[in-house]
Amino acid sequence: MSASLSDEQKIIHLLNRISFGPSPKEVQRVKRLGVRGYLNEQLAPETMPDSAVEEKVARLKTMRMNSRELFELYPPPKIAREAGMAMANPMNAPRFIILELQQARLLRAVDSERQLYELMVDFWSNHFNVFAAKGADRWLMTSYDRDTIRPHALGKFRDLLLATAQSPAMLFYLDNWLSVSPNAPAARMAANVRRRGINENYAREVMELHTLGVDGGYGQQDVREVARCFTGWTLRRPRGDAEFFFNSRLHDQGPKTVLGTRITAGGMEDGIQVIDLLARHPATAKFIATKLVRRFVADNPPPALVDRAADAFRRSDGDIRVVLQTIVEAPEFFSREVYHAKIKKPIEYVASALRLTEAEIKVTPQLLRYLARMGEPLFLSQPPTGYPDVGSSWISSDMLLTRMNFATDLAANRLDGARVQSRDPDNVQALARLVAPDSLSQATQSALAESAASEKLALLLAAPEFQRR
Amino acid sequence: MKPTRREFLKSTGLGFLALGLPPAFLVRAAGAEQAARRKVLVVVFQRGGMDGLNVVIPFKDRAYYALRPSIAVAEPASAEDRAIDLDGFYALHPALAPLKSIYDKGQLAIVHAAGSPDNTRSHFDAQDYMEIGTPGKKSTPDGWLNRYLKNESNGDSPFRGVAVGPQTPRMMVGTAATLTITSIEEFRLRNTFVAPALQKLYAESADPLFRRGGDNLFAAMARLRTVESQIPQSAAAYPAGRFGAGLKQIARLVKADVGLEIAFNEIQGWDTHVAEGGATGQLANRLKELGEGLAAFYQDLGDRMEDVVLLTMSEFGRTAQENGNRGTDHGHANVMFVLGPRVRGGKVYGRWPGLAPEVLYEGRDLDLTTDFRSVCSEILTRHMGRQDATKIFPGFRPGKNIGII
Repeated sequence: MSASLSDEQKIIHLLNRISFGPSPKEVQRVKRLGVRGYLNEQLAPETMPDSAVEEKVARLKTMRMNSRELFELYPPPKIAREAGMAMANPMNAPRFIILELQQARLLRAVDSERQLYELMVDFWSNHFNVFAAKGADRWLMTSYDRDTIRPHALGKFRDLLLATAQSPAMLFYLDNWLSVSPNAPAARMAANVRRRGINENYAREVMELHTLGVDGGYGQQDVREVARCFTGWTLRRPRGDAEFFFNSRLHDQGPKTVLGTRITAGGMEDGIQVIDLLARHPATAKFIATKLVRRFVADNPPPALVDRAADAFRRSDGDIRVVLQTIVEAPEFFSREVYHAKIKKPIEYVASALRLTEAEIKVTPQLLRYLARMGEPLFLSQPPTGYPDVGSSWISSDMLLTRMNFATDLAANRLDGARVQSRDPDNVQALARLVAPDSLSQATQSALAESAASEKLALLLAAPEFQRR
Repeated sequence: MKPTRREFLKSTGLGFLALGLPPAFLVRAAGAEQAARRKVLVVVFQRGGMDGLNVVIPFKDRAYYALRPSIAVAEPASAEDRAIDLDGFYALHPALAPLKSIYDKGQLAIVHAAGSPDNTRSHFDAQDYMEIGTPGKKSTPDGWLNRYLKNESNGDSPFRGVAVGPQTPRMMVGTAATLTITSIEEFRLRNTFVAPALQKLYAESADPLFRRGGDNLFAAMARLRTVESQIPQSAAAYPAGRFGAGLKQIARLVKADVGLEIAFNEIQGWDTHVAEGGATGQLANRLKELGEGLAAFYQDLGDRMEDVVLLTMSEFGRTAQENGNRGTDHGHANVMFVLGPRVRGGKVYGRWPGLAPEVLYEGRDLDLTTDFRSVCSEILTRHMGRQDATKIFPGFRPGKNIGII
């Protein structure tokens, strides 16, 4: 058994795992509050003022708009042409909405005090992935982020699951809004040529990706039955004042059996029962626990810790805070084996570099393009799996090169939208202690020692140690 | 004209030599030129589950039209929006018209009712199985293209295996070094002053993952700089978008003779649950991009296609019957394309299992009659020159040759 982490290493490790990376200021905060105090504060984000970053976010005008306002201001090109709107102005294109969402996500990752909360928003956004460029989702994504994911990111899993199931963005993305009973009277009307029967898309993904996991013990018959339960869960006005509603005329009224359980409530309650059944299924506890331990501890989650996290999930009826507390307070969390064992995802890499250097940022398209080139254009994962959370996905040569270019651009203040505080060599030495205190490799140490003053920061940010967390 | 090893070292090596670095990787990169023309396999993955039944249409199977009242593609004898007859039984989707002349020249083989035998209908699992090459067994650590690279020792070019785009696909993950490249022009460090120090830092890193990654990256960048000016510009019209751009990069690497053996590109957007369309519409748009891309690649490479076989695959086909939203849900067997001058094309291979209810797989999908590994094995042995492919596909017996090459 190798030696345990030093106190300084523990602080850096904690910030590497439950925040978007250490900054000089944040390290002081942990020193003041202690590891447990800092964790408790982070688990209660509602008690933390966060006005500085929220004021910046509030300047992004689409963030407060509803889907109707967004559709009217950023209409699809065809409608814009018909209305004679200035098409030359890209600021009027639906793309602009996604751009502001990306800006807000990165701003918060870098500057929010509620680091763990923002990190969980990112986690759930991938878990309950919606591709923002699919049809009407261009105008539904803002609300999905603001009204569906963010209110529940540290709440109860069941509430989050239900909120996504009833969100216009998810109903549209996974096609459930079109899934109807083939026998429903409305489905037979000539006007309803697009809705004549079951669509399995959501029913499959809700079990495979959102709850039980692919090995969670369901079969094709269960997919079919769950789809029947969710018939009639649809939305009004997808390109306007979009809202969930249950249309009983589209619902399959017959009895269903899901995972061996008879669903007999009828009407909208059928779907609610499925949500409850899935949210409280032991396979779900295990699946969510595994993904969380993978995010916070190691790509190959230690089975004993997964079991304890799953147990915490079950005992707390899916209280996300309780599960997180269990994971972070576990001995496995601070073990030497997992120190610097995770490779940063692109958003983690970019945000951690901006935090470490205390860069003043205006999130610009150039910054966001870098994220895209590293493989993580935010809100734009097309497959329902979202972006992966294992290191092997993020270290291809192209991605590595892009990270190096980002590091050199940022360190030289050549990155439009970010200005680092100090490139002073002494400061770089101090920052190196926030990357890997007493654990910087010989190669990186000598690179920092031998290089010109103007290159040191770039080398630190591009070094293998800083690709890890 | 190819640079000699000496010129190569001279043009790229000054900074490194000044640092007194062991120039092993430089020698390696310089040596790669001798490898010159190699056999190349290009794999195109269609993510999302392509609806093979609407791509190569079994128009003589009477069940097809009954199962798909709103999305079927009209038979070749129809007045308009009709499929392109291939052999009197199958017809090509009209959006794939650019491929017809290649088929007629006998350089496009089609394998129908092919795919992965596992019954999963999960995108993720089904893709994973096809990429690691062991359907039903998830614990396989590497992708089958990587196993090919690992088991063949055709020198040490960093370009032996290249995926275009930022991500390393699962099919290429493994212990053999591979590259990903989004753009040859942009595959360089923007700050050349920091480059030597960065290279040294990575070369000496105690972190094996990043040491290998850095080694490969810097070797590839150095090599590209020496050859990029000599790569002929392409006159072919690739379709706009990532897929076309990716094929264009692959074509340039083939022409550059940098030792490319395995290339990977992907095209997304095949998950047509809603409003799939027939002769026109959503699927047709994807096929248009696919067909134009493949045709441009074929034209661009010209006689260099002699070295190349291009293979397409998708994780599963889709339900034989259309769903309630004029789309299709996740199904089973699919259709694969094998393209190249050495291919015995102009033919649709594979036993047709039929579409009658009693022969549908699990009562709903096209049954599988050709394992995708048979197709891949045949390409690896007959085109790439491997003695046997059982190390690439452990536990799989390919059976007798399909005859596509």
